[in-house]
Amino acid sequence: MKAGYRKERIDRGIKARADDIFAISSYREILYLTGPRILAVLALLIYPLLTDVTGAYWQTVAFIACIIALLTLSWNFLFSVGLVSLGQAYFFGVGAYFTGFFDRTIGLPPLYSIPLATVAGAILCTIIIYPVLRLRGIYFALITFALPLFLMRIIEATGYLGGTEGISGLQRLPGITFSLYVTVVIVLAVTFIFLRLFDTDYGLVLRAIHDNDMSVLAGGLNVQLYKAQAVFIAAMPATFAGALMTLHYRIVGMPAFAVEYSILPLTAAVVGGTGTFAGGVLGAFILVPFSELLRAFGTLRIVMYGIMLLFFVVGLPEGIYRFAQRKYFQFERIVPLEEKADEK
Amino acid sequence: MKNKELLKVTGLSKSFGGVKAVNNVSFTLYEGESIGVIGPNGSGKSTLINLITGFIKPDSGTVIYKGRNITGIAPNRAVNLGIARSFQMVRPFYNMEAYKNLIIPLYSPRVKKQLQGGNFGDRDEIAIQLLEDVGFERESQIPYKLTGSLPHGYLKRLELARCLCLEPDLVVLDELFSGMSMSEVASTVPILERILQEGRDMIMIEHRIRELFRIVNKVICLNFGKKIAEGTPEEVMNTKEVKEAYLGSEGESIA
Repeated sequence: MKAGYRKERIDRGIKARADDIFAISSYREILYLTGPRILAVLALLIYPLLTDVTGAYWQTVAFIACIIALLTLSWNFLFSVGLVSLGQAYFFGVGAYFTGFFDRTIGLPPLYSIPLATVAGAILCTIIIYPVLRLRGIYFALITFALPLFLMRIIEATGYLGGTEGISGLQRLPGITFSLYVTVVIVLAVTFIFLRLFDTDYGLVLRAIHDNDMSVLAGGLNVQLYKAQAVFIAAMPATFAGALMTLHYRIVGMPAFAVEYSILPLTAAVVGGTGTFAGGVLGAFILVPFSELLRAFGTLRIVMYGIMLLFFVVGLPEGIYRFAQRKYFQFERIVPLEEKADEK
Repeated sequence: MKNKELLKVTGLSKSFGGVKAVNNVSFTLYEGESIGVIGPNGSGKSTLINLITGFIKPDSGTVIYKGRNITGIAPNRAVNLGIARSFQMVRPFYNMEAYKNLIIPLYSPRVKKQLQGGNFGDRDEIAIQLLEDVGFERESQIPYKLTGSLPHGYLKRLELARCLCLEPDLVVLDELFSGMSMSEVASTVPILERILQEGRDMIMIEHRIRELFRIVNKVICLNFGKKIAEGTPEEVMNTKEVKEAYLGSEGESIA
């Protein structure tokens, strides 16, 4: 920038009083507000229909992206309540194994086994995690990191639920287009519900726990109870992802607890912007195709991941979503600095 | 004749490692009374309050509130019994608008129960009203500003407003005036007097003796975790131990 000039940022005049109250005076402004959202939703809804154009491979990539997006939504929810999770694989794996269990032992059709596994998995996850909920920050994160490994070893050691071989030959789902469509709809629904939930007074309490849990205690609320509820709500998208993935591939095994399902959502959340639900989804849809493109590099892929994470943590800690949002809602222009003499 | 006992503290003790932060402190708060707690820095005033409100569990001693033993009770349960506290170091929710801070206490079981059937429905509206009571100008932008951008004096009054949200029977204020400007203190004193007139009792830790003595009618002085004096403000200030604690002892007591 030239000397004597500075960059001026001005908010567009459609925000009134607060960030979420708008003063709208024309259809163009409505379009301006809703445009990006409508475009994103339409893109997500139309993409699964384009199997002929994209080929089955990229449809599957989109499916994985949706699964990671669900895990990221779950991660962001926990983060918004002040619980940093390093073990999304825990929720994912529990959901996956429940589906396998219901399918194999009871023979439930997918229509019932998926919702049942989602809810039962979320309940089990909450019960297991409840005793450590009073831990904060890094201590809680460490426990969540250990939980999937712990469950994985239990299954390996006891040989229960198929042991090292897993449960295979589950019932068939109609196909990739169906699976993709279901996940897309669920991703959109969960994003919408989470956003709405955090705008209610209940959501405000959850956000407050993230800010300062001592103050919430002093406000007369049982923090432990609200955290447990949050874990239950946050677990559901993740257990659902596990359930659907299991039935899509018709197999569930110990890889359901793989570290990948913990690291990818975390990275996606950082890329998209921690604490933003739409940002997390965006992050997942950037990260997963990106990692597919890097497949040619083999193991070097991990290095690329590292570089990308480093770039975002250092260069853009607010994440892509908040950055884009800020740029979208602000005018920027170069204006000359006022002369010192003028100020007097 | 004395009123009913609201809070009775007997033999309360707490040590952190080798330090006896609170050592065998007893006092009684009768209904309609207000107690000021004074003492030099590190004399255990805040710990005493943390023990009463349940944020720290005592090593020994009992706290009886309204005839009920609440020793070591969970903080949120103490609040729901009617003991509201403010923090010395402000603990607002920095990422919300100021008035949204009050939605959290307004969401508590205590308030939910009390407000049922009342003419309060909109929590936002009550929050703004309460903020106005503690001196947030209603028509200005201040209640809608991000809490993180407010000056310290407002944050202190936000702490007070959070206590008032809960319709408490006992208000426990931990150095409310610290960090406030002279004019802010002057405008806050009437608010506290009004709280007392509403029939709420108060325990106040304070270093601003003059304002404190205007508000409370009984004073406890702590030093090294021990209660060294109790009584009316004048009695306490004339006690030898209190003078020594604040001004240092004179020659003969060393010898």
